[in-house]
Amino acid sequence: MRIVAKGLTYVYNPKSPFATQALKGVDLTIEEGEFFGIIGHTGSGKSTFVQHLNALIRLTGGELKIGDYDLADKKCKVLELRSKVGMVFQYPEYQLFAETVKKDVGFGLKNFRKGISEEEADAAIREALRVAGIDYDEVAEKSPFELSGGQRRRVAIAGVIVTKPEVLILDEPAAGLDPLGKKELMELLHAIHGQWCKTVVIVSHDMDEIAENCTHAAVFSEGRVALCGTPKEIFSRGDELAAMGLGVPVTARAAQIMRGRGYAVNTDFTCDDFVNKVLALYRAENAAGAPAGGTHKESAGGAGDAE
Amino acid sequence: MLNDVTFGQYYPTKSFVHNMDPRAKLLFVIAYIVAIFIANNFFGLILVTLALIFFILLARVPFGRVLRSIKMILFLIVFTAILNLLFYAGGENDIVLAQWWIITISWQSIINTIFLAMRLLLLVLGTALLTLTTTPVALTDGIESLLKPLKYIKFPVHELALIMSIALRFIPSLMEETNRIISAQKARGANFEKGGLIKRAKAMIPVLIPLLVSAFRRAEDLGDAMDARCYSGAKGRTKYKKLTFTWRDLLGLLFFAALITGIVLLNTYLLGRFDIIWQVQQWFGI
Repeated sequence: MRIVAKGLTYVYNPKSPFATQALKGVDLTIEEGEFFGIIGHTGSGKSTFVQHLNALIRLTGGELKIGDYDLADKKCKVLELRSKVGMVFQYPEYQLFAETVKKDVGFGLKNFRKGISEEEADAAIREALRVAGIDYDEVAEKSPFELSGGQRRRVAIAGVIVTKPEVLILDEPAAGLDPLGKKELMELLHAIHGQWCKTVVIVSHDMDEIAENCTHAAVFSEGRVALCGTPKEIFSRGDELAAMGLGVPVTARAAQIMRGRGYAVNTDFTCDDFVNKVLALYRAENAAGAPAGGTHKESAGGAGDAE
Repeated sequence: MLNDVTFGQYYPTKSFVHNMDPRAKLLFVIAYIVAIFIANNFFGLILVTLALIFFILLARVPFGRVLRSIKMILFLIVFTAILNLLFYAGGENDIVLAQWWIITISWQSIINTIFLAMRLLLLVLGTALLTLTTTPVALTDGIESLLKPLKYIKFPVHELALIMSIALRFIPSLMEETNRIISAQKARGANFEKGGLIKRAKAMIPVLIPLLVSAFRRAEDLGDAMDARCYSGAKGRTKYKKLTFTWRDLLGLLFFAALITGIVLLNTYLLGRFDIIWQVQQWFGI
Protein backbone atom coordinates (compact mmCIF):
# COMPACT_ATOMS: atom_id res chain seq x y z
CA MET A 1 0.00 0.00 0.00
CA ARG A 2 1.30 3.38 -1.02
CA ILE A 3 1.05 6.16 1.55
CA VAL A 4 0.47 9.65 0.20
CA ALA A 5 0.08 12.69 2.44
CA LYS A 6 -0.56 16.15 1.07
CA GLY A 7 -0.66 19.30 3.12
CA LEU A 8 -1.42 17.44 6.33
CA THR A 9 -2.09 19.76 9.27
CA TYR A 10 -3.02 19.05 12.88
CA VAL A 11 -3.58 21.20 15.96
CA TYR A 12 -3.62 19.83 19.51
CA ASN A 13 -6.12 21.43 21.92
CA PRO A 14 -7.55 23.79 19.34
CA LYS A 15 -9.10 27.04 20.61
CA SER A 16 -7.41 26.97 24.00
CA PRO A 17 -4.36 28.65 25.46
CA PHE A 18 -2.57 25.31 25.08
CA ALA A 19 -3.19 25.07 21.31
CA THR A 20 -0.12 23.78 19.53
CA GLN A 21 0.16 23.17 15.83
CA ALA A 22 1.95 19.84 15.55
CA LEU A 23 1.75 19.49 11.78
CA LYS A 24 1.99 22.50 9.50
CA GLY A 25 1.49 20.92 6.10
CA VAL A 26 3.23 17.59 5.66
CA ASP A 27 3.80 16.35 2.10
CA LEU A 28 5.22 12.86 2.04
CA THR A 29 4.94 9.75 -0.08
CA ILE A 30 6.00 6.34 1.16
CA GLU A 31 6.11 3.77 -1.61
CA GLU A 32 5.19 0.15 -1.10
CA GLY A 33 8.15 -2.02 -0.19
CA GLU A 34 10.26 0.67 1.40
CA PHE A 35 11.99 0.40 4.75
CA PHE A 36 11.23 3.95 5.68
CA GLY A 37 12.84 5.99 8.43
CA ILE A 38 11.32 9.06 10.05
CA ILE A 39 13.78 11.28 11.84
CA GLY A 40 13.13 14.36 13.91
CA HIS A 41 13.30 16.09 17.23
CA THR A 42 10.85 15.57 20.03
CA GLY A 43 7.97 17.84 19.10
CA SER A 44 8.79 17.87 15.39
CA GLY A 45 5.46 16.20 14.64
CA LYS A 46 6.72 12.76 13.68
CA SER A 47 4.64 10.86 16.24
CA THR A 48 1.54 12.87 15.33
CA PHE A 49 2.14 12.04 11.70
CA VAL A 50 2.49 8.30 12.18
CA GLN A 51 -0.63 8.19 14.35
CA HIS A 52 -2.53 9.57 11.37
CA LEU A 53 -1.48 6.58 9.32
CA ASN A 54 -3.87 4.21 11.04
CA ALA A 55 -6.48 6.76 11.98
CA LEU A 56 -5.63 6.91 15.68
CA ILE A 57 -5.70 10.63 15.04
CA ARG A 58 -8.45 11.51 12.62
CA LEU A 59 -7.59 13.72 9.70
CA THR A 60 -8.53 17.36 10.32
CA GLY A 61 -6.63 19.13 7.56
CA GLY A 62 -5.07 18.08 4.28
CA GLU A 63 -5.20 14.81 2.39
CA LEU A 64 -4.06 11.33 3.32
CA LYS A 65 -4.42 8.21 1.24
CA ILE A 66 -3.22 4.79 2.31
CA GLY A 67 -3.59 2.38 -0.56
CA ASP A 68 -7.24 2.66 -1.49
CA TYR A 69 -8.26 4.10 1.85
CA ASP A 70 -9.01 7.79 1.80
CA LEU A 71 -8.73 9.12 5.34
CA ALA A 72 -10.53 12.34 4.41
CA ASP A 73 -13.63 10.24 3.76
CA LYS A 74 -15.76 10.07 6.90
CA LYS A 75 -16.99 6.60 5.91
CA CYS A 76 -13.47 5.20 5.68
CA LYS A 77 -13.39 1.71 7.21
CA VAL A 78 -11.13 2.46 10.15
CA LEU A 79 -11.09 -1.01 11.68
CA GLU A 80 -10.17 -2.60 8.37
CA LEU A 81 -7.45 -0.02 7.84
CA ARG A 82 -6.01 -0.69 11.29
CA SER A 83 -5.71 -4.38 10.52
CA LYS A 84 -3.65 -3.48 7.44
CA VAL A 85 -1.52 -0.80 9.06
CA GLY A 86 0.04 -2.23 12.21
CA MET A 87 1.34 0.19 14.80
CA VAL A 88 3.90 -0.58 17.49
CA PHE A 89 4.17 2.20 20.04
CA GLN A 90 7.17 3.24 22.06
CA TYR A 91 7.90 0.72 24.81
CA PRO A 92 5.21 -1.63 23.51
CA GLU A 93 5.93 -4.09 26.32
CA TYR A 94 3.90 -1.85 28.63
CA GLN A 95 0.69 -2.49 26.72
CA LEU A 96 0.62 -6.24 27.48
CA PHE A 97 -2.27 -7.18 29.70
CA ALA A 98 -3.60 -10.70 29.22
CA GLU A 99 -3.03 -13.67 31.53
CA THR A 100 -1.01 -15.54 28.95
CA VAL A 101 1.25 -14.59 26.08
CA LYS A 102 -1.00 -16.54 23.74
CA LYS A 103 -4.09 -14.56 24.71
CA ASP A 104 -2.25 -11.29 24.42
CA VAL A 105 -0.93 -11.99 20.94
CA GLY A 106 -4.40 -13.21 19.95
CA PHE A 107 -6.07 -9.99 21.16
CA GLY A 108 -5.69 -8.10 17.89
CA LEU A 109 -6.47 -11.15 15.83
CA LYS A 110 -9.79 -11.68 17.56
CA ASN A 111 -10.67 -8.00 17.31
CA PHE A 112 -10.03 -7.82 13.60
CA ARG A 113 -11.28 -11.22 12.54
CA LYS A 114 -14.40 -11.86 14.55
CA GLY A 115 -15.35 -15.52 14.70
CA ILE A 116 -11.95 -16.85 13.72
CA SER A 117 -11.67 -20.56 14.66
CA GLU A 118 -9.44 -21.61 17.57
CA GLU A 119 -7.17 -23.70 15.34
CA GLU A 120 -6.74 -20.92 12.84
CA ALA A 121 -6.02 -18.38 15.58
CA ASP A 122 -3.59 -20.76 17.25
CA ALA A 123 -1.68 -21.28 14.00
CA ALA A 124 -1.47 -17.53 13.37
CA ILE A 125 -0.25 -16.85 16.92
CA ARG A 126 2.35 -19.61 16.65
CA GLU A 127 3.57 -18.18 13.36
CA ALA A 128 3.71 -14.57 14.61
CA LEU A 129 5.67 -15.62 17.69
CA ARG A 130 8.06 -17.63 15.54
CA VAL A 131 8.74 -14.62 13.30
CA ALA A 132 9.24 -12.44 16.37
CA GLY A 133 11.84 -14.93 17.57
CA ILE A 134 9.92 -16.36 20.51
CA ASP A 135 9.55 -20.07 21.17
CA TYR A 136 5.81 -20.74 21.24
CA ASP A 137 5.94 -23.95 23.27
CA GLU A 138 8.08 -22.35 25.93
CA VAL A 139 6.18 -19.12 26.57
CA ALA A 140 2.66 -19.40 25.14
CA GLU A 141 1.07 -20.33 28.46
CA LYS A 142 3.23 -18.04 30.59
CA SER A 143 2.13 -14.66 31.88
CA PRO A 144 3.68 -11.84 29.84
CA PHE A 145 4.83 -10.32 33.13
CA GLU A 146 7.15 -13.28 33.75
CA LEU A 147 9.23 -12.59 30.66
CA SER A 148 12.36 -10.46 30.34
CA GLY A 149 12.09 -6.95 28.90
CA GLY A 150 13.47 -7.92 25.48
CA GLN A 151 11.15 -10.92 25.25
CA ARG A 152 8.17 -8.80 26.24
CA ARG A 153 8.92 -6.36 23.46
CA ARG A 154 9.06 -9.22 20.96
CA VAL A 155 5.75 -10.56 22.24
CA ALA A 156 4.24 -7.08 21.84
CA ILE A 157 5.50 -6.89 18.27
CA ALA A 158 4.10 -10.36 17.62
CA GLY A 159 0.76 -9.07 18.89
CA VAL A 160 0.76 -6.45 16.14
CA ILE A 161 2.10 -8.50 13.22
CA VAL A 162 -0.24 -11.39 13.97
CA THR A 163 -2.82 -9.94 11.56
CA LYS A 164 -0.19 -9.72 8.79
CA PRO A 165 -0.49 -5.99 8.22
CA GLU A 166 0.79 -4.68 4.91
CA VAL A 167 2.41 -1.70 6.58
CA LEU A 168 4.15 -1.92 9.94
CA ILE A 169 4.91 1.29 11.82
CA LEU A 170 7.22 1.29 14.83
CA ASP A 171 7.78 4.29 17.09
CA GLU A 172 11.32 4.16 18.47
CA PRO A 173 11.41 0.35 18.37
CA ALA A 174 14.90 0.08 19.85
CA ALA A 175 14.47 2.62 22.67
CA GLY A 176 15.89 1.40 25.96
CA LEU A 177 17.58 -1.70 24.54
CA ASP A 178 21.28 -2.53 24.91
CA PRO A 179 23.45 -2.58 21.76
CA LEU A 180 23.03 -6.31 21.25
CA GLY A 181 19.28 -6.03 21.76
CA LYS A 182 19.14 -3.22 19.22
CA LYS A 183 21.03 -5.26 16.68
CA GLU A 184 18.76 -8.25 17.17
CA LEU A 185 15.67 -6.10 16.95
CA MET A 186 16.79 -4.58 13.66
CA GLU A 187 17.48 -8.07 12.30
CA LEU A 188 13.96 -9.00 13.35
CA LEU A 189 12.54 -5.99 11.51
CA HIS A 190 14.42 -6.92 8.36
CA ALA A 191 13.03 -10.44 8.61
CA ILE A 192 9.52 -9.01 8.98
CA HIS A 193 10.10 -6.60 6.10
CA GLY A 194 11.07 -9.41 3.81
CA GLN A 195 8.31 -11.90 4.42
CA TRP A 196 5.47 -10.37 6.45
CA CYS A 197 4.94 -6.70 5.92
CA LYS A 198 5.62 -5.09 2.57
CA THR A 199 6.39 -1.70 4.05
CA VAL A 200 8.09 -0.96 7.36
CA VAL A 201 8.21 2.54 8.82
CA ILE A 202 10.37 3.29 11.82
CA VAL A 203 10.52 6.49 13.83
CA SER A 204 13.95 7.00 15.31
CA HIS A 205 16.41 9.42 16.85
CA ASP A 206 19.33 7.19 16.04
CA MET A 207 20.99 8.31 12.81
CA ASP A 208 23.18 5.20 12.64
CA GLU A 209 20.07 3.06 12.83
CA ILE A 210 18.49 4.96 9.92
CA ALA A 211 21.66 4.94 7.80
CA GLU A 212 22.19 1.26 8.41
CA ASN A 213 18.68 -0.03 7.86
CA CYS A 214 16.44 2.25 5.86
CA THR A 215 15.98 2.43 2.13
CA HIS A 216 14.37 5.85 2.37
CA ALA A 217 13.91 8.43 5.08
CA ALA A 218 12.32 11.76 5.85
CA VAL A 219 13.45 14.41 8.30
CA PHE A 220 10.69 16.20 10.21
CA SER A 221 11.30 19.64 11.55
CA GLU A 222 8.73 21.94 13.16
CA GLY A 223 5.73 20.17 11.69
CA ARG A 224 7.04 19.87 8.14
CA VAL A 225 9.13 17.47 6.10
CA ALA A 226 12.47 19.23 5.83
CA LEU A 227 14.40 16.58 3.89
CA CYS A 228 13.33 13.45 2.14
CA GLY A 229 15.17 10.83 0.12
CA THR A 230 17.62 7.97 0.53
CA PRO A 231 19.86 8.03 3.59
CA LYS A 232 22.71 8.82 1.23
CA GLU A 233 20.98 11.96 0.01
CA ILE A 234 19.94 13.03 3.47
CA PHE A 235 23.19 12.48 5.30
CA SER A 236 25.29 14.18 2.65
CA ARG A 237 23.53 17.37 3.79
CA GLY A 238 25.02 17.33 7.24
CA ASP A 239 25.04 21.11 7.54
CA GLU A 240 21.29 21.37 7.12
CA LEU A 241 20.78 18.61 9.67
CA ALA A 242 23.08 20.38 12.11
CA ALA A 243 21.07 23.58 11.63
CA MET A 244 17.98 21.61 12.70
CA GLY A 245 19.85 20.39 15.76
CA LEU A 246 20.18 16.87 14.40
CA GLY A 247 23.34 14.83 14.04
CA VAL A 248 24.61 12.54 11.33
CA PRO A 249 25.69 8.88 11.52
CA VAL A 250 29.24 8.21 12.65
CA THR A 251 30.12 7.21 9.09
CA ALA A 252 29.07 10.62 7.80
CA ARG A 253 31.23 12.28 10.43
CA ALA A 254 34.19 10.14 9.46
CA ALA A 255 33.59 10.85 5.75
CA GLN A 256 33.58 14.54 6.50
CA ILE A 257 36.89 14.33 8.33
CA MET A 258 38.35 12.45 5.40
CA ARG A 259 37.07 15.04 2.99
CA GLY A 260 38.83 17.66 5.07
CA ARG A 261 42.05 15.74 4.58
CA GLY A 262 41.60 15.51 0.87
CA TYR A 263 39.79 12.22 0.38
CA ALA A 264 36.31 12.11 -1.12
CA VAL A 265 34.50 8.97 0.07
CA ASN A 266 31.40 8.38 -2.01
CA THR A 267 29.56 6.15 0.47
CA ASP A 268 25.90 5.52 1.25
CA PHE A 269 26.83 5.78 4.96
CA THR A 270 26.27 2.15 5.96
CA CYS A 271 29.29 0.86 7.89
CA ASP A 272 29.86 -1.91 5.40
CA ASP A 273 29.90 0.35 2.38
CA PHE A 274 32.00 2.94 4.16
CA VAL A 275 34.70 0.45 5.07
CA ASN A 276 34.71 -0.95 1.53
CA LYS A 277 35.13 2.49 0.02
CA VAL A 278 37.90 3.43 2.44
CA LEU A 279 39.69 0.14 1.79
CA ALA A 280 39.40 0.76 -1.95
CA LEU A 281 41.02 4.17 -1.50
CA TYR A 282 43.73 2.61 0.64
CA ARG A 283 44.49 -0.10 -1.91
CA ALA A 284 44.49 2.35 -4.79
CA GLU A 285 47.02 4.47 -2.99
CA ASN A 286 49.22 1.52 -2.07
CA ALA A 287 49.18 0.33 -5.68
CA ALA A 288 50.19 3.77 -6.88
CA GLY A 289 52.95 3.65 -4.29
CA ALA A 290 53.26 7.40 -4.20
CA PRO A 291 55.77 8.26 -1.46
CA ALA A 292 54.06 11.62 -0.82
CA GLY A 293 50.88 9.80 0.24
CA GLY A 294 52.46 8.65 3.51
CA THR A 295 50.49 11.00 5.73
CA HIS A 296 47.36 10.38 3.74
CA LYS A 297 47.60 6.65 4.24
CA GLU A 298 47.82 7.16 7.95
CA SER A 299 44.72 9.31 8.10
CA ALA A 300 42.74 7.02 5.85
CA GLY A 301 43.71 4.03 7.99
CA GLY A 302 42.82 5.92 11.14
CA ALA A 303 39.31 6.69 9.99
CA GLY A 304 38.85 3.11 8.86
CA ASP A 305 39.90 1.80 12.25
CA ALA A 306 37.42 3.99 13.98
CA GLU A 307 34.75 1.90 12.41
CA MET B 1 -10.96 10.33 24.31
CA LEU B 2 -9.93 11.77 27.65
CA ASN B 3 -9.28 15.26 26.37
CA ASP B 4 -12.62 16.52 27.59
CA VAL B 5 -11.84 16.01 31.25
CA THR B 6 -10.82 19.41 32.51
CA PHE B 7 -9.09 18.29 35.64
CA GLY B 8 -6.56 20.70 37.02
CA GLN B 9 -8.09 23.32 34.80
CA TYR B 10 -5.62 26.04 35.73
CA TYR B 11 -5.86 28.97 33.34
CA PRO B 12 -2.39 30.45 33.02
CA THR B 13 -2.37 34.23 32.97
CA LYS B 14 -1.31 37.05 35.24
CA SER B 15 -3.94 38.79 37.27
CA PHE B 16 -4.81 40.17 40.66
CA VAL B 17 -6.64 36.99 41.60
CA HIS B 18 -3.87 34.71 40.33
CA ASN B 19 -1.43 36.53 42.56
CA MET B 20 -3.45 36.20 45.75
CA ASP B 21 -2.27 33.87 48.47
CA PRO B 22 -3.85 30.41 48.00
CA ARG B 23 -4.76 30.28 51.70
CA ALA B 24 -6.60 33.57 51.36
CA LYS B 25 -8.36 32.31 48.27
CA LEU B 26 -9.45 29.14 50.06
CA LEU B 27 -10.84 31.18 52.93
CA PHE B 28 -12.57 33.56 50.53
CA VAL B 29 -14.21 30.66 48.75
CA ILE B 30 -15.51 29.46 52.11
CA ALA B 31 -16.80 32.97 52.81
CA TYR B 32 -18.37 33.02 49.37
CA ILE B 33 -20.14 29.72 50.00
CA VAL B 34 -21.39 31.00 53.34
CA ALA B 35 -22.66 34.10 51.58
CA ILE B 36 -24.56 31.98 49.06
CA PHE B 37 -26.23 30.01 51.78
CA ILE B 38 -27.18 32.79 54.15
CA ALA B 39 -28.72 34.84 51.35
CA ASN B 40 -32.44 34.15 51.58
CA ASN B 41 -33.81 36.42 48.90
CA PHE B 42 -33.05 37.06 45.24
CA PHE B 43 -31.40 40.38 45.98
CA GLY B 44 -28.79 38.59 48.07
CA LEU B 45 -28.10 36.12 45.30
CA ILE B 46 -27.87 38.91 42.76
CA LEU B 47 -25.33 40.60 44.97
CA VAL B 48 -23.29 37.38 45.11
CA THR B 49 -23.57 37.06 41.33
CA LEU B 50 -22.26 40.59 40.88
CA ALA B 51 -19.38 39.81 43.23
CA LEU B 52 -18.61 36.69 41.18
CA ILE B 53 -18.68 38.59 37.87
CA PHE B 54 -16.42 41.20 39.40
CA PHE B 55 -13.93 38.51 40.43
CA ILE B 56 -14.04 36.80 37.04
CA LEU B 57 -13.23 40.11 35.37
CA LEU B 58 -10.50 40.70 37.92
CA ALA B 59 -9.03 37.25 37.23
CA ARG B 60 -8.97 37.90 33.46
CA VAL B 61 -10.32 34.43 32.75
CA PRO B 62 -12.71 34.31 29.77
CA PHE B 63 -16.35 33.81 30.85
CA GLY B 64 -16.63 30.85 28.52
CA ARG B 65 -13.88 29.04 30.41
CA VAL B 66 -15.65 29.57 33.73
CA LEU B 67 -19.03 28.56 32.34
CA ARG B 68 -17.57 25.39 30.89
CA SER B 69 -17.15 24.03 34.40
CA ILE B 70 -20.95 23.74 34.69
CA LYS B 71 -20.96 21.14 31.93
CA MET B 72 -19.90 18.36 34.26
CA ILE B 73 -22.60 18.93 36.83
CA LEU B 74 -25.33 20.29 34.60
CA PHE B 75 -27.15 16.98 34.91
CA LEU B 76 -27.04 17.18 38.70
CA ILE B 77 -28.43 20.70 38.70
CA VAL B 78 -31.27 19.84 36.32
CA PHE B 79 -32.05 16.66 38.26
CA THR B 80 -32.26 18.37 41.65
CA ALA B 81 -34.21 21.23 40.13
CA ILE B 82 -36.83 18.89 38.68
CA LEU B 83 -37.14 16.91 41.91
CA ASN B 84 -37.47 20.14 43.83
CA LEU B 85 -40.06 21.50 41.44
CA LEU B 86 -42.26 18.42 41.66
CA PHE B 87 -41.92 17.37 45.26
CA TYR B 88 -41.47 20.63 47.14
CA ALA B 89 -43.81 20.51 50.09
CA GLY B 90 -44.47 24.05 51.07
CA GLY B 91 -46.57 25.65 53.74
CA GLU B 92 -50.33 26.05 53.84
CA ASN B 93 -50.59 29.26 51.91
CA ASP B 94 -48.92 27.83 48.79
CA ILE B 95 -50.50 29.01 45.58
CA VAL B 96 -51.04 25.68 43.86
CA LEU B 97 -50.86 25.75 40.07
CA ALA B 98 -51.16 22.05 39.28
CA GLN B 99 -51.62 18.92 41.31
CA TRP B 100 -51.51 15.25 40.39
CA TRP B 101 -51.05 12.28 42.72
CA ILE B 102 -48.16 13.25 45.04
CA ILE B 103 -46.89 15.88 42.67
CA THR B 104 -47.72 19.50 43.35
CA ILE B 105 -46.51 22.49 41.43
CA SER B 106 -47.00 25.82 43.14
CA TRP B 107 -45.57 29.30 42.79
CA GLN B 108 -43.53 28.55 45.86
CA SER B 109 -42.02 25.44 44.38
CA ILE B 110 -41.12 27.26 41.16
CA ILE B 111 -39.42 30.03 43.07
CA ASN B 112 -37.69 27.58 45.32
CA THR B 113 -36.39 25.70 42.30
CA ILE B 114 -34.99 28.79 40.67
CA PHE B 115 -33.43 29.72 43.97
CA LEU B 116 -31.81 26.33 44.41
CA ALA B 117 -30.52 26.19 40.83
CA MET B 118 -29.01 29.64 41.24
CA ARG B 119 -27.32 28.62 44.45
CA LEU B 120 -25.81 25.50 42.87
CA LEU B 121 -24.64 27.40 39.81
CA LEU B 122 -23.01 30.10 41.89
CA LEU B 123 -21.38 27.44 44.05
CA VAL B 124 -19.86 25.63 41.09
CA LEU B 125 -18.77 28.77 39.27
CA GLY B 126 -17.11 30.21 42.36
CA THR B 127 -15.15 27.08 43.16
CA ALA B 128 -14.25 26.73 39.48
CA LEU B 129 -12.78 30.20 39.59
CA LEU B 130 -10.57 29.06 42.47
CA THR B 131 -9.15 26.14 40.49
CA LEU B 132 -8.85 28.26 37.36
CA THR B 133 -6.70 30.81 39.11
CA THR B 134 -4.69 28.59 41.46
CA THR B 135 -2.32 25.83 40.45
CA PRO B 136 -3.02 22.49 42.14
CA VAL B 137 0.36 22.67 43.85
CA ALA B 138 -0.38 26.10 45.33
CA LEU B 139 -3.76 24.79 46.42
CA THR B 140 -2.30 21.85 48.32
CA ASP B 141 0.29 24.15 49.88
CA GLY B 142 -2.54 26.38 51.00
CA ILE B 143 -4.54 23.49 52.42
CA GLU B 144 -1.50 22.15 54.24
CA SER B 145 -0.86 25.54 55.76
CA LEU B 146 -4.50 26.04 56.78
CA LEU B 147 -4.70 22.60 58.37
CA LYS B 148 -1.52 23.10 60.39
CA PRO B 149 -3.35 23.52 63.72
CA LEU B 150 -4.54 19.91 63.39
CA LYS B 151 -0.95 18.79 63.97
CA TYR B 152 -1.51 19.29 67.68
CA ILE B 153 -4.03 16.49 67.72
CA LYS B 154 -1.52 14.25 65.86
CA PHE B 155 -3.26 14.57 62.54
CA PRO B 156 -0.71 13.84 59.74
CA VAL B 157 -1.19 17.12 57.89
CA HIS B 158 2.09 17.07 56.01
CA GLU B 159 1.73 13.47 54.88
CA LEU B 160 -1.80 14.13 53.71
CA ALA B 161 -0.71 17.19 51.76
CA LEU B 162 2.16 15.20 50.24
CA ILE B 163 -0.20 12.45 49.15
CA MET B 164 -2.45 15.06 47.62
CA SER B 165 0.29 16.81 45.71
CA ILE B 166 1.70 13.50 44.47
CA ALA B 167 -1.74 12.46 43.30
CA LEU B 168 -2.22 15.78 41.53
CA ARG B 169 1.25 15.60 40.05
CA PHE B 170 0.60 12.17 38.56
CA ILE B 171 -2.82 12.83 37.08
CA PRO B 172 -1.45 14.32 33.85
CA SER B 173 1.22 11.64 33.58
CA LEU B 174 -1.24 8.83 34.07
CA MET B 175 -3.68 10.50 31.72
CA GLU B 176 -1.02 10.63 29.04
CA GLU B 177 -0.16 7.03 29.73
CA THR B 178 -3.83 6.09 29.51
CA ASN B 179 -4.15 7.82 26.17
CA ARG B 180 -1.09 6.01 24.89
CA ILE B 181 -2.36 2.61 26.03
CA ILE B 182 -5.79 3.32 24.58
CA SER B 183 -4.14 4.21 21.27
CA ALA B 184 -2.03 1.07 21.37
CA GLN B 185 -5.03 -1.15 22.02
CA LYS B 186 -7.10 0.68 19.41
CA ALA B 187 -4.31 -0.02 16.93
CA ARG B 188 -4.84 -3.68 17.79
CA GLY B 189 -8.50 -3.34 16.93
CA ALA B 190 -9.97 -2.68 20.38
CA ASN B 191 -13.27 -0.83 20.34
CA PHE B 192 -14.22 1.26 23.35
CA GLU B 193 -17.28 2.93 21.93
CA LYS B 194 -19.54 0.05 21.00
CA GLY B 195 -21.67 -2.28 23.07
CA GLY B 196 -23.57 -2.10 26.32
CA LEU B 197 -22.29 -1.13 29.71
CA ILE B 198 -20.83 -4.54 30.59
CA LYS B 199 -19.19 -4.94 27.20
CA ARG B 200 -17.64 -1.50 27.49
CA ALA B 201 -16.41 -2.17 31.00
CA LYS B 202 -14.84 -5.39 29.74
CA ALA B 203 -13.23 -3.50 26.88
CA MET B 204 -11.43 -1.35 29.45
CA ILE B 205 -9.52 -4.30 30.94
CA PRO B 206 -6.74 -4.13 28.32
CA VAL B 207 -6.28 -0.51 29.34
CA LEU B 208 -6.64 -0.78 33.10
CA ILE B 209 -4.18 -3.63 33.67
CA PRO B 210 -1.21 -2.02 31.91
CA LEU B 211 -2.14 1.28 33.56
CA LEU B 212 -2.13 -0.29 37.02
CA VAL B 213 1.19 -2.01 36.36
CA SER B 214 2.69 1.25 35.22
CA ALA B 215 1.29 3.16 38.19
CA PHE B 216 2.98 0.71 40.55
CA ARG B 217 6.22 1.02 38.62
CA ARG B 218 6.06 4.78 38.86
CA ALA B 219 5.28 4.63 42.56
CA GLU B 220 8.33 2.46 43.18
CA ASP B 221 10.55 4.76 41.15
CA LEU B 222 9.23 7.78 43.02
CA GLY B 223 9.83 6.08 46.36
CA ASP B 224 13.41 5.33 45.36
CA ALA B 225 13.96 8.88 44.17
CA MET B 226 12.62 10.26 47.46
CA ASP B 227 14.82 7.90 49.47
CA ALA B 228 17.81 8.89 47.38
CA ARG B 229 17.21 12.50 48.33
CA CYS B 230 16.85 11.60 51.99
CA TYR B 231 13.20 12.46 52.35
CA SER B 232 12.21 11.89 55.94
CA GLY B 233 8.82 13.47 56.42
CA ALA B 234 7.79 16.83 57.74
CA LYS B 235 10.45 17.21 60.39
CA GLY B 236 12.94 19.95 59.61
CA ARG B 237 11.60 20.39 56.12
CA THR B 238 11.69 23.85 54.60
CA LYS B 239 9.51 25.27 51.85
CA TYR B 240 10.72 26.20 48.38
CA LYS B 241 7.83 28.60 47.95
CA LYS B 242 6.86 30.45 51.10
CA LEU B 243 3.30 31.66 51.26
CA THR B 244 2.84 35.28 52.31
CA PHE B 245 -0.24 37.40 52.71
CA THR B 246 -0.12 40.66 50.76
CA TRP B 247 -2.19 43.80 50.31
CA ARG B 248 -4.23 41.89 47.71
CA ASP B 249 -5.42 39.49 50.37
CA LEU B 250 -6.26 42.36 52.70
CA LEU B 251 -8.38 43.94 49.96
CA GLY B 252 -10.04 40.57 49.38
CA LEU B 253 -10.75 40.24 53.08
CA LEU B 254 -12.42 43.65 53.16
CA PHE B 255 -14.38 42.79 50.01
CA PHE B 256 -15.78 39.56 51.42
CA ALA B 257 -16.51 41.12 54.79
CA ALA B 258 -18.50 43.75 52.91
CA LEU B 259 -20.26 41.08 50.84
CA ILE B 260 -21.41 39.12 53.86
CA THR B 261 -22.47 42.27 55.67
CA GLY B 262 -24.41 43.34 52.59
CA ILE B 263 -26.22 40.03 52.43
CA VAL B 264 -27.11 40.08 56.11
CA LEU B 265 -28.50 43.59 55.63
CA LEU B 266 -30.49 42.52 52.58
CA ASN B 267 -31.84 39.57 54.57
CA THR B 268 -32.94 41.80 57.39
CA TYR B 269 -34.34 44.78 55.54
CA LEU B 270 -35.81 43.18 52.44
CA LEU B 271 -38.51 40.61 52.20
CA GLY B 272 -38.08 36.83 52.20
CA ARG B 273 -37.74 34.86 49.01
CA PHE B 274 -41.43 34.12 48.47
CA ASP B 275 -42.61 37.66 48.92
CA ILE B 276 -41.69 38.28 45.33
CA ILE B 277 -44.93 36.46 44.50
CA TRP B 278 -47.05 39.15 46.13
CA GLN B 279 -45.05 41.83 44.46
CA VAL B 280 -45.43 40.25 41.02
CA GLN B 281 -49.13 39.83 41.68
CA GLN B 282 -49.43 43.47 42.59
CA TRP B 283 -47.52 44.58 39.47
CA PHE B 284 -49.67 42.57 37.13
CA GLY B 285 -52.85 43.06 39.11
CA ILE B 286 -53.56 39.32 39.41
